[in-house]
Amino acid sequence: MTALSALLARDLRLAVRVGGGALIGILFFTLLVTVMPFAVGPDLPQLARLGPAILWLGALLASLLALDRLLAMDHEDGTLDLILTARVPLELAVAAKALAHWLTTGLPLVIAAPLLGLLLNLEPKATAAIAVTLLAGTPALTFIGLIGAALTVALRRGGLLLAILVLPLTVPVLIFGVAAANAAIAGSVPFGTPFTILCALTLISIVIGPLAAAIALRQGLE
Amino acid sequence: MSLIQLANPSRFLAVSGRALPWLSAATVLVFAIGIIQIYFAPDDYQQGATVKIMFIHVPAAWLGIFGWLLMSAAALGTLVWRHPLADMAGKAAAPIGSAFTLMCLVTGSLWGRPMWGTYWVWDARLTSVLVLFLMYLGVIALWRTIEDPTQAARAAAVLTLVGAINVPIIKFSVDWWNTLHQPASVLRLGGSTIHPAILVPLIVMAIAFTLLFLTLHLAAMRNEIMRRRVRSMMMLQAAAPAES
Repeated sequence: MTALSALLARDLRLAVRVGGGALIGILFFTLLVTVMPFAVGPDLPQLARLGPAILWLGALLASLLALDRLLAMDHEDGTLDLILTARVPLELAVAAKALAHWLTTGLPLVIAAPLLGLLLNLEPKATAAIAVTLLAGTPALTFIGLIGAALTVALRRGGLLLAILVLPLTVPVLIFGVAAANAAIAGSVPFGTPFTILCALTLISIVIGPLAAAIALRQGLE
Repeated sequence: MSLIQLANPSRFLAVSGRALPWLSAATVLVFAIGIIQIYFAPDDYQQGATVKIMFIHVPAAWLGIFGWLLMSAAALGTLVWRHPLADMAGKAAAPIGSAFTLMCLVTGSLWGRPMWGTYWVWDARLTSVLVLFLMYLGVIALWRTIEDPTQAARAAAVLTLVGAINVPIIKFSVDWWNTLHQPASVLRLGGSTIHPAILVPLIVMAIAFTLLFLTLHLAAMRNEIMRRRVRSMMMLQAAAPAES
């Protein structure tokens, strides 16, 4: 347990210091949302209608962008080899790393989303719904991405391949995230139905992600 | 002969070399029967002759899914027994499965143009097949990125199994999202809803496509074994001291 909390604390500390790049994700997210009105036009009602989709897509792309920092830097400086040979189960170690990664890249997106919602002319209720769905859904993105990061960790330029491998797997999260947000806004479907499925997807990926990533790391780095 | 003995690549080459001509002949024969039956199959009263696209479309869709199942079985073989033949089976199945999936997509949109009035709709089934196709391409990309074949096989195996868990979830979520495509009508509880005049050629074509898949898969596995032998021979040659 102490080893895991030490790993968590280390990853958090590394992420917020120079070279960690925890805030790059938010900056990218903000830029994506800022660029969007240039593409779809400055029409405020239309932006409000597209709001959930824009914020979710931005969060998805921003978390994809951050994924290649999840394991690659530890692989470069040899920390990953130490983690592999440590007595802590690898599954738990990578889960702790993914948790730290989500706290430094996923959670800031959730916090930034309401502010960006203002730019997109969203109602307070819609903004709250999007923030709640992002809070429930972004861990799934990180833990699914963990698998891709583990598969491509030893590759020299794995970033693009990582995105290609991970994006199809995130389709259900995107569907139910946007569906839950839209349900809260328009109310054609009860909010609970898609939202509980979204939570289920997150829980499933928290189980499968570390397991598959640990297998991939053990097989790939021996 | 047991499966263990067959797992020796040299023995596999010998046995598959003997089986391949018979498999190819059976494929051609069943395809000939199927095509004759399709020729005499009645046109649909609404759709006319375009209904015959289905005889290619439906088996291609089945084989697209079968390809992923085969890859998943091979992936288990790779991760559990670390058998090189399982690696090759997984590698050989990916391009073939993706080709069948693409065939399903292309024939489907050719049918959709006159029937639905559009080449593509964002319907649940179409979308989930498209995602399956993209995941095939992802596996192929992973194979082509990692240089060492053993490591590539293991990475691809993990991705294949994760995909095998995810494909039903994607299917379910996309169904929830939007549905226009007709529901399953051949394999369903309470019997098929298709008339025998259409159903029989469809099943014959499905068998023909499966035979085609197996023939191509065996041939691709043989090529892969030979490619690896060439590779190791070249590496040996490169490592040998140069004669002066």
